[in-house]
Amino acid sequence: MSDVTVTRATPQGMVTLKLPPGDVAWGPALAALGLSVPAVRRLERAGDRAALWMAPDEVLLLVPDPAAALAALAGPLAGAHHLAADVGAARVVFAVAGPRAREVLAKLCPVDLHPAAFPAGSARRTRAAQVACMLWAEAADDLRLSCFRSVEGYVADLLTLSADPAGSVGLFRA
Amino acid sequence: MRLETGGRLIDRTRPLRFRFDDRWMTGLAGDTLASALIGQGRILMGRSFKYHRPRGPVAAGLEEPNALVTLGTGARAEPNVRATQTELFQGLRADSQNRWPSLAFDLMAANDLVSRFLPAGFYYKTFIRPRAAWKHLFEPAIRRAAGLGPAPKAADPDRYDQVYAFCDVLVAGGGVAGLAAALAAARTGARVMLFEQAPHWGGRAPVDGGTVAGGDPAGWVAAAVAELAAMPDVTLRTRATVAAVHDHGYVLVEERLTDHLGGGPGPRRRLWRIRAGRVVNACGAFERPLAFPGNDRPGVMLASALRDYVVNWAVAPGPAAVVVTNNDDAYRTALALRRAGISVPVIADARPAADGPLPQAARAAGIRVATGTGIAGTVGRGRVVAVQLCDAGGGGHVTETIPCDAVAMSGGWSPAVHLWSQPGGRLRWDEAGAMFVPDPDHPPTGAAGEPIVTCAGAAAGALRLPDCIASGARAGDPAAAAPPAEAEAEAPLLPVWVMPSGAGPRKRAKMWLDFQNDVKVSDVELAAREGYRSVEHTKRYTTLGMATDQGKLSNVNGLAVLAQALDEAIPRVGTTTFRPPFVPVTIGALAGEARGAVFQPLRRTPLHDWHAAHGAVWEPVGLWRRPYCYPRANESRADAVAREVLNTRRALGLLDASTLGKIVVKGPDAGRFLDMIYTGAMSSLPVGRCRYGLLCNEQGFLIDDGVVARLAEDTWLCHTTSGGADRIHVWMEDWLQTEWWNWRVFTLNLTEQLAQIAVVGPHARKALEALGGMDVSKAALPFMHWAEGTLAGIPARVFRISFSGELSYEVAVPADRGVELWERLVAAGGPLGVMPYGTEALHVMRAEKGFIMIGDETDGTVIPQDLGLGWAISARKPDYLGKRGQMRPALADPDRWRLVGLMTLDGSVIPEGAYAVGAGRNANGQTATEGRVTSTYFSPTLNRGIALGLIRRGPERMGEVLTFAAEGRRVQARIVSPVFHDPEGKAQDV
Repeated sequence: MSDVTVTRATPQGMVTLKLPPGDVAWGPALAALGLSVPAVRRLERAGDRAALWMAPDEVLLLVPDPAAALAALAGPLAGAHHLAADVGAARVVFAVAGPRAREVLAKLCPVDLHPAAFPAGSARRTRAAQVACMLWAEAADDLRLSCFRSVEGYVADLLTLSADPAGSVGLFRA
Repeated sequence: MRLETGGRLIDRTRPLRFRFDDRWMTGLAGDTLASALIGQGRILMGRSFKYHRPRGPVAAGLEEPNALVTLGTGARAEPNVRATQTELFQGLRADSQNRWPSLAFDLMAANDLVSRFLPAGFYYKTFIRPRAAWKHLFEPAIRRAAGLGPAPKAADPDRYDQVYAFCDVLVAGGGVAGLAAALAAARTGARVMLFEQAPHWGGRAPVDGGTVAGGDPAGWVAAAVAELAAMPDVTLRTRATVAAVHDHGYVLVEERLTDHLGGGPGPRRRLWRIRAGRVVNACGAFERPLAFPGNDRPGVMLASALRDYVVNWAVAPGPAAVVVTNNDDAYRTALALRRAGISVPVIADARPAADGPLPQAARAAGIRVATGTGIAGTVGRGRVVAVQLCDAGGGGHVTETIPCDAVAMSGGWSPAVHLWSQPGGRLRWDEAGAMFVPDPDHPPTGAAGEPIVTCAGAAAGALRLPDCIASGARAGDPAAAAPPAEAEAEAPLLPVWVMPSGAGPRKRAKMWLDFQNDVKVSDVELAAREGYRSVEHTKRYTTLGMATDQGKLSNVNGLAVLAQALDEAIPRVGTTTFRPPFVPVTIGALAGEARGAVFQPLRRTPLHDWHAAHGAVWEPVGLWRRPYCYPRANESRADAVAREVLNTRRALGLLDASTLGKIVVKGPDAGRFLDMIYTGAMSSLPVGRCRYGLLCNEQGFLIDDGVVARLAEDTWLCHTTSGGADRIHVWMEDWLQTEWWNWRVFTLNLTEQLAQIAVVGPHARKALEALGGMDVSKAALPFMHWAEGTLAGIPARVFRISFSGELSYEVAVPADRGVELWERLVAAGGPLGVMPYGTEALHVMRAEKGFIMIGDETDGTVIPQDLGLGWAISARKPDYLGKRGQMRPALADPDRWRLVGLMTLDGSVIPEGAYAVGAGRNANGQTATEGRVTSTYFSPTLNRGIALGLIRRGPERMGEVLTFAAEGRRVQARIVSPVFHDPEGKAQDV
């Protein structure tokens, strides 16, 4: 039994939603998807959907059906200055799970991944070595990394190298 | 020699074989390479940099300047490794450096005989005259004679690792002060990281004695480490050196993972990249050498180092050692030597009296103490065999010669302030200790002005054990109580910078300050006489402190000598700057994982695997790989490109255009925003239409181009160049976030969301019609229009834009359906003669049409007007980025080089980068030029060479023949229109 597993997750529908910070449409728009507005660097999940904080004017929605989500957003967003777009095909998601998951990501991402600093429900835009990525914690030892599809091979190679037990660091001991 | 008993760190039951130069020897587990060599009677370990003087170890730790070896062989050879820090392992192989032909017999040692002709600054003086001598004589000779170990030529076979970490308190140094600091901080619940460069905890305390908590310091050290190890948020590492403390508490630590094992399956070293809330510098202090004549002879070492060799590893250069000192601490060495059975014929103490507890203990042990005494010289070839005593305050008249195998010298201590000083902490001169100590009133500060580094223990100048451990506890937690500790009281030291103080020039020329770089008291004094007053300038001029130890041993002595020579106070002369790293960090650790497959990210388009499976050869475009062409069996690349061009012009070509940047710009102010970003008017573009646009920087120079499509009343899609997507997106956000922050505009980079395929050629429409789903007729979708629909059941946006001059559709579909569309096009295009084409065919076809390419026709100095693109600049707009820049006289100059076509008279291809030769010479006396080639290709369509170029007043000179020079030949070419093929544009508008 390995203490960390790295797997390429199944394709994940994604929608980027941009609204001015504090706009009144935020609440109704996310409510239309059964979600609440995520706090800074947080993930709000409801079943198979989630909203990840990306920036003061941007969230990333994880949804099973982007077209349906865009349709559901149309009403609440009518008349609001906004941008909503299907971005699921632009990205891939890796699941990094197990007791050593945080350490594997700490070799690549300049993020404090201590369980107290990055508990379940945390989300961060950061980088993995030389490319941009997104991290979030579904559970204490179930972390996800999303990057652009063009660098999937690079990130897969990085994660494989980083997970090599011979390079174990011993951080975040339970 | 190895002593019969003792040795705190060695295991006498585990002998280890190792090889030094061509001799196999035996050491013990726990030895360093240096202790093992001393144990084998080997003191000579290297040669100095300039004079090739014989050198033995002077220290026992990371500050060692002399005992540098090349460790390992072949690709694993690592030069300039300190033997004093290298842990011995079975089969270790080390080679001495900077000697020829062998360490014992070095021909270059003749440099020593001419040393008075190689004084301070000799290197710079060789620059001056005669001029030719530098190039032909001095430089080759200096390069051969100087230098340490050679860098390996083969690729490093080892792996390196990096890890990011965060903590509240980072403690550098695992001696008693560092341990006390870590314990105190960890007990408050802080996240603590503690790094010790040596393989063992405890620093000097277990060697130096005294008591902590009523017992042996080693016992307290073990208990402290055990308590820390049991805490969940404490990270402890030995063999990990804190190399740098940067602003905002960014700390670099190099950890040695497998060096002590001689290799292993995992990474060899790890670079920790840490954000620390605050740093405790508990790196201890470095003992200072004394500058007496002949102090560089092997066998002369720091008193603390000889104590370490005897106590830790039970080795010594021989059965008798003289101690020379200006302080009480060195008496500990005399006592330790005596306890180990080594005779101490005399302790030469420069002070007029020595009556503290330690000197008393030495006398009680029967050791002769000679106060007011210094050393006038050492005797021996290759190693010391005797010392000559003299009056410490005199001119060096020899009063007595005492045989010995080693000299233990102590000139006092210098706190290791490096990690305090690197981020900006200031120092003050402590008169009593004759040392620079951290000035607590001027610490390095963080963003809020708070101190980010605290010094503790010897690094703070607290040299005695009770003070040392107490300052450690305080640094960890001001409220913490320190464990009680005791040590002998010590009388004040007497600052001694030159011994004997009245020595004349001949003796001063044999007093070494920097052992590795051969800088002597006389060199620093010469620099002062030649007018050097700044310590920084003196360092460069004399090379004092420029050795691999970066002045850890030499700096304070050197600047004290400089101060004396300048008749200044030492603190007024000051220190040189403490720059990272504290000790050298191997390049591999800095590179980390970035080698081989993950050296650099490689970006693949959604169609990458198809291209690879169909024989594409690749062209790097930024980080992307794009197909250059698809050669068939036995087909050259040039032939493949020609075939792809002709097939596209005559039948049907497919191009993977997915790398093109695609940025959506949306909002009530989007039109106004794009009118500023682009030179043309995008706000007036009707929905459903496309327009070619240019982007300039504020200076007016062209930075990118591409087709803009208006998707909706408030939404535009901006295509950028392949290399420009990220850069232009950032450019847009930069203006929106910093200048026009109140404009209501959102941007989104959709480059990776979409696969884009160009369907190009006379049969392009037929191919799309065969897929079905959209009306792509001229009436429904005219040139420079776009439409949305489905093709072959795939949701698609189709743009009628052309970069080839042919009938062309660019089809964008979700990236995950790109392969499906491509394969459908290949199948449907079969009967139409479809072939994929690569970037080179794309380039040739655009050049045949006179279309510019960013990066070919532009280089950061070209404006749209130079390229005949004035038509893409809106004259009616009040402003756009670059407008005012383009009004500057130099950019409005009619003499500027402007775009034209070029056709060689003989049909050949002009070499890349050729310049048009002008008349006469320019202001610099060089051949005048009046233009250059920017793109040059063989055109399969015209069956001859064509080129684009920027020529002075080019468009006004149609028909003129110019001479181009490059690659050693000259070619004549006529100025023509840049549009070589289909100037009326009939083919693309059908």
